[in-house]
Amino acid sequence: MAVLSKSENPNIPQFTAEVYQNEYLPEGGREVNAIVTVTSTGGGTGGPPAKQGEGSEASGARAYAPGHGPSAAVVIMVDCSGSMEYPPTKMRNARDATAAAIDTIRDGVSFAVVAGTHKAVEVYPGGGRLAVADAATRGQAKEALRKLTAGGGTAIGTWLRLADRLLASSEVSIRHAILLTDGRNEHEKPEELRAALDACAGRYTCDCRGVGTDWEVKEVTGIASALLGTADIVADPSGLEGDFRQMMEAAMGKEVADVSLRLWTPQGAEIKFVKQVAPSVEDLTTRRVDAGPRAGDYPTGSWGDESRDYHVCVEVQPAGVGQEMLAGRVSLVLPSADGGAPEVLSQGLVRAVWTDDMAASTRINPQVAHYTGQAELAQAIQQGLEARKAGDLDSATAKLGRAVQLAAESGNADTAKLLAKVVDVVDEATGTVRLKKNVDDADEMTLETRSTKTVRVKK
Amino acid sequence: MPQLTVCPSCAERLEPEDRFCGNCGTNLAAPLSPAPSFAPAAARDRTEDGDYGLAPPVAEADGDYGLAPPTRATIPGQGSAQAAPFAAPAPAPAGIADPRETLLTTEPDTEPDTEPDTEPEPAEPAKPAAACVACGIGSVDGDGYCEHCGHAQPRRRDHIEQELALVSAVTDRGLRHHRNEDAFALAEATLPDGTSAAIAVVCDGVSSSSRPDDASETASVAASDTLRAALSSGTEARQAMQEALLAASESVNSLVEGDTSDPETNAPACTFVSAVTTGELLTVGWVGDSRAYWIPDDRAADNPARLTEDDSWAARMVEAGLLSEEEAYADERAHAITGWLGADAVELDPHTASFEPDLPGIVVVCTDGLWNYAESAAELAAVVPPDARTRPLHCARTLVGVALDGGGHDNITVAVIPFPASS
Repeated sequence: MAVLSKSENPNIPQFTAEVYQNEYLPEGGREVNAIVTVTSTGGGTGGPPAKQGEGSEASGARAYAPGHGPSAAVVIMVDCSGSMEYPPTKMRNARDATAAAIDTIRDGVSFAVVAGTHKAVEVYPGGGRLAVADAATRGQAKEALRKLTAGGGTAIGTWLRLADRLLASSEVSIRHAILLTDGRNEHEKPEELRAALDACAGRYTCDCRGVGTDWEVKEVTGIASALLGTADIVADPSGLEGDFRQMMEAAMGKEVADVSLRLWTPQGAEIKFVKQVAPSVEDLTTRRVDAGPRAGDYPTGSWGDESRDYHVCVEVQPAGVGQEMLAGRVSLVLPSADGGAPEVLSQGLVRAVWTDDMAASTRINPQVAHYTGQAELAQAIQQGLEARKAGDLDSATAKLGRAVQLAAESGNADTAKLLAKVVDVVDEATGTVRLKKNVDDADEMTLETRSTKTVRVKK
Repeated sequence: MPQLTVCPSCAERLEPEDRFCGNCGTNLAAPLSPAPSFAPAAARDRTEDGDYGLAPPVAEADGDYGLAPPTRATIPGQGSAQAAPFAAPAPAPAGIADPRETLLTTEPDTEPDTEPDTEPEPAEPAKPAAACVACGIGSVDGDGYCEHCGHAQPRRRDHIEQELALVSAVTDRGLRHHRNEDAFALAEATLPDGTSAAIAVVCDGVSSSSRPDDASETASVAASDTLRAALSSGTEARQAMQEALLAASESVNSLVEGDTSDPETNAPACTFVSAVTTGELLTVGWVGDSRAYWIPDDRAADNPARLTEDDSWAARMVEAGLLSEEEAYADERAHAITGWLGADAVELDPHTASFEPDLPGIVVVCTDGLWNYAESAAELAAVVPPDARTRPLHCARTLVGVALDGGGHDNITVAVIPFPASS
């Protein structure tokens, strides 16, 4: 819809925001729903001329010239608790995966490797510092990985705090971490992890991977969610290497950090929710930070060349038929380095128009309908699996049946496949399913971890 | 048409070929001299005198498009009491920054109250915008909404009046629609024989199409330009009308942009009705369900008459003898139109007709926003003021008032042409 400003920073991508909604409300109607598609393109390669960030696309990741690209720092946290030795391939695969990730680190990017047990230990470079990636340091880091041995407990909060200290030691614009764990966070209280997450939130982003099937899905997805990263399962440790490389490539593609979604709403309006709905469902409603009169900021983390969808639901004070109101102004803002007014990267308008035309006011916007369904799908899966664990089989059958139906309707084939490993689908159109007697732990955990993954509207 | 060198709304410098202001988007083609008045929408609430609370046309002579100061401040003794509650508390540019700003109609005979060059200069962008008309608290943002309560501010096209020597018109958003998708264009032409011709074009954007407001504005301007040029060069009136209809059609077709394969969006479309008076002749042209009526001064001597035949479902049914007029218009499909201007019109079937009235009267050119409340010629004649021919603008305002009183369910546009041309 609108590209407001050409960023002063040549490395910042161009943001666009498009709004999809049915703005027509019946007389007395209050609820306004809109899907805002935010897309960032260009950055260091296309778009505005890059003073120093010239590069080209290479296998999905940016291939920056040495020492160029946005300044970034990455910390890799590898679980080295005793359980990593069962089976022994797990530790070996973690080592290989970390080595592959190190190979993907762009020259000039600061990095460190942390071994996590009931405490956090710097593996490379040590001394509370970060190394600057080049051929030599990458080699040294991989060499240092040989020192990784399994033994001890799991206290993820301590790992996160060490990563935070290390990342904070570097003057960079993008701070990212990768966390690998195979077990539950048993050696610290949940409050301690919570406190660590609160302390680290907004300071760096973190992608999390659970390896094997002995970890807690909610724990890992909770960490990723709090730190605005991705979460996934790597059930088979041999898959780690490819996954780590991919994750690091995605991290290297990030070009701007600390972008916030700013939502202005009129006086008297109530924000029902603000959710990211693509590529995955993430409820941001409670993460609002006030930003001036009637406006609030929701964190979105860092952006490369990508597109995300947000669902905004606002209740406004109804006005008379024929009246028009701005129900929301959604903008992407970047805090300014000097503490001044934030830079507005792009914005979209959410409108409300009251009409007595029933055909107009009862129409449901296809995007809104689609993502309402995707959010319900994620919830149905989570509730269904929870009911199944609790032994409430009727409820589990009903919820997972509904999930099968929603996945089929919306064309979410990946989720439909995962569901089919947990239930026998009798009729997907009506959502008739039977719970499978024996379900592989890995399948159940995969479904739970990926329940929030969405697909976009079929064109 | 006077050459504008700066935008009447925001004082942006203009190029001679500009039809819209590059800064604020004001349509530079619509306000032919004299400037139309943009009255505050809130004024629509007052109905006691049938005048709809619009401040009487006020002096501002010489066709200069300088920005008129707020009503309250500059019009001693007239209209200020009515306009005051809605007037801007501080001078600010019209258009997007403050669409409520009242630009006043000109009356050539009246002395200006103020010299144009003493009028407030258009504000710098940094100047604080005026308060919202809905809550009175917030200022208006760059998109035309209140930054406090979010209410959309009245827009330029919500209410426009224009008065020429031979023809006047008023268009109004009505009470139930959020924007005005009607448009009119007025013009006068000097025929080769030295006599004057009055031209009125009225278009009603089809709501189910995309950008109906653009369609109606574009079509009316294109048709009026074509009619003026053709009549000035001696083209016979019905031929000129035919050309104008085609020009209007092409202009609407040219609005189609981008991917037209999406079944969800219809090409821009509008209805069309126009009347021109040339000497003894009265010529009308139309497509769709906007209408022209003949209302004689002396209703005992001559009957009022409808001059156009709708391209609508109801009209088709009556024409085919399938339903009585009453039955047809009671059906919910009554207003479905069977003809329009637009790229997705199956076949353009423009209608023209000429009449030679032998008594003085007026032609009322209007959209269904009016005739829904006075459908037959007799019903309309009953609400046309007796002095309509000598006060056409007043007549147009009165008729708009009738529609608003009736509920104002649609946009309302009324053009009134006295016949014969009084000058």
